[in-house]
Amino acid sequence: MSKKVLALLLVSILVVALFAGCAPAEQNEEPAAPQEKQEEPKDNAQEPKEEESDFRVGFVTDTGGIDDRSFNQGTWEGIVKYADEKSWEEGTHYNYIQSDEESQYIPNLSAFGDDAYNVVIAAGFLFEDAMKAVAPQYPDTDFTIIDMVVLQPNVASVVFAEEQGSFLVGVAAAKATKNNKVGFVGGMDFDLIRKFHAGFVAGVHSVDKSIEVVDQYAGDFSNPGVGQQIAATMYESGVDVIYHAAGGTGNGVINEAKNRADNGEEVWVIGVDKDQYEDGKLADGSSVVLTSMMKRVDVAAYNMIEAGQKGEFPGGEITAFTLAENGVGIPEENPNLSEEVIKEIEAYKEKIVNGEIKVPTTMDELADFESNL
Amino acid sequence: MIKYITDEKNQRFIVPLISVLFGFIAGAIIMIITGINPIDGYSALLDGVFGNTRKFGEWIVSSIPLILTGLALAFGFRTGLFNIGAEGQFIVGAFAAVAAGIFVELPKIIHLPLVLLAAALAGAIWGFIPGILKAKFRVHEVVVTIMLNYTALHFINYLIKILPGSTNTRTVDVFPSASLSSEFLSSITRFSRLHWGFIVALLAAFLYWYIIERTTFGYELRSVGFNQHASEYAGMKVNRNIVYSMMISGAFAGLAGAMISIGTFDYARVIGASEGYGFNGIAVALLGNNNGFGIVISGLLFGALKAGSSAMALAKVPKEISEIIMAFIVLFAAMNYGIKRLLIHLRKEEK
Repeated sequence: MSKKVLALLLVSILVVALFAGCAPAEQNEEPAAPQEKQEEPKDNAQEPKEEESDFRVGFVTDTGGIDDRSFNQGTWEGIVKYADEKSWEEGTHYNYIQSDEESQYIPNLSAFGDDAYNVVIAAGFLFEDAMKAVAPQYPDTDFTIIDMVVLQPNVASVVFAEEQGSFLVGVAAAKATKNNKVGFVGGMDFDLIRKFHAGFVAGVHSVDKSIEVVDQYAGDFSNPGVGQQIAATMYESGVDVIYHAAGGTGNGVINEAKNRADNGEEVWVIGVDKDQYEDGKLADGSSVVLTSMMKRVDVAAYNMIEAGQKGEFPGGEITAFTLAENGVGIPEENPNLSEEVIKEIEAYKEKIVNGEIKVPTTMDELADFESNL
Repeated sequence: MIKYITDEKNQRFIVPLISVLFGFIAGAIIMIITGINPIDGYSALLDGVFGNTRKFGEWIVSSIPLILTGLALAFGFRTGLFNIGAEGQFIVGAFAAVAAGIFVELPKIIHLPLVLLAAALAGAIWGFIPGILKAKFRVHEVVVTIMLNYTALHFINYLIKILPGSTNTRTVDVFPSASLSSEFLSSITRFSRLHWGFIVALLAAFLYWYIIERTTFGYELRSVGFNQHASEYAGMKVNRNIVYSMMISGAFAGLAGAMISIGTFDYARVIGASEGYGFNGIAVALLGNNNGFGIVISGLLFGALKAGSSAMALAKVPKEISEIIMAFIVLFAAMNYGIKRLLIHLRKEEK
């Protein structure tokens, strides 16, 4: 008898599932229809009040996701900040899609385009090709690409002077090292990360040319295990300050430093993209994060959304964030840096802003820079 | 209806169907627990696949490599090998196709088959290594292929960077004559990246079925997988057949790589970590019951879960849900013995 009941249950599940499968398809067509209509932005522009409530922002992350403690997270924080000010609701007014792999960049960008989102932000230069392919198909959507220049009328390109910020943390590293040996851990080896690298080395050597800088590229932005390994090798070899420009991989570097600090060693990490002081906190409340090279992607995202909503979106233009605009630089609070060091960093910042120091962006430029020191 | 479901003759496809159904029910339960209406979730999934022609095209695009890696794994399973190295064979295949597409320019009718052949051959060579090691020295193929996955990843990353014109992240585009992408297919699907690879996948599935089911060669391969000693006693060349099986399996995986490199992208990319197509192939093969037609269907299903996940994310359904559903489907497919038992019980009850 019980088996009869089981059989009945199975069949009823089948039937329910069949219905569940059919019903949504019909439901779908209704919300789809008004969305199609939204594709005419001119209507919206004429009625600004309606635009306010309909305005929607989409964000496509690379494989790191919005909790990568790095630039995806930074961008997302910028979006959330703007949304909170407008008391927007996640999912209705702003949303993100995480890409599991590179082949999803195009469909993920297109998904926002299809839904007629007003501003769509993509973080990372890897989106270059995807952006070039998608943007022309959704002329009514304002796209923003960070770290890359894509010249399309509806794409705003945001670039940062990472070398300038890296120079400043290089100065901090040179002041902090006791073994006269510092390290640089890069994510993947390409031009963008070389900017961090070149700027950092230039900063270190501007303070003291005799300091040795070792470097290693992890080949991956989301592999903390590898980061930890590299950091362990570096600290083992006498390095006492590591600057990481490696996204999620860098979390491994911070972990290694924390482990060593717990065992009484004096080691430092310099964070990247956002203020990573909290990430390096030890049990006693101090942090192994000396300072961080902040890249204000949050400000960039915020500004772009604001511009988009005001109808002043800088499509087709390149927006540069440098030291002068505080688009890059060290955090306001640096509990691990002394007054003296901060003053010195400020002095260098001054020189960079007024053009006295031109920070190298490539390894070739770095070689020239060093020969002039 | 119960009679039909419990009939042993129909089990071949009833069991996978029940696995899928259970997978979706389990997904629905998880959604309810996390406070999401499963109807919203699944309608978003359907919308992500059938919402418009572009989404439909993208669905096919994400299914094509899964079908091929599914065939690769299934070929191994049918011949008694666990080719967990499809990932590595996928990577070398992807690269070989691009290399053949960059270095020579020929009329499309010759070039495209040549490029696909290069991919299949590269995959086969990458499969040959564990094959010969297993045949000669009885080294287990799982160990060798896992190692070769990493070897392929880093070796190919290096090769990509030294190709003429490459940057640190990608190669130049292949000649148009070596590309599977099609303006026609793209235009009828609202600029999706739909490419001719779906024909390759279907042909490969047919070829798989033909080799395995219709040739003496395939029969021998299967027999070696089933019982090496009996096969040897029957006069089959066991060692040679192991190598052949690994090579054919590798060829399918290599073709899958080409689908991404000359279909979806038109260039090869430096990647930080494996993208998981080879591993997903295990799931596809398992659900497809190692049957050519079944693999096409299960490849399409997993492709749908993959392609639909961004639409689900837009509907406030975390895309991890679709991964959980995939995992549950695989779990239930792996439990097929239990499901069979259940059906047998039900049948007895009927009587």
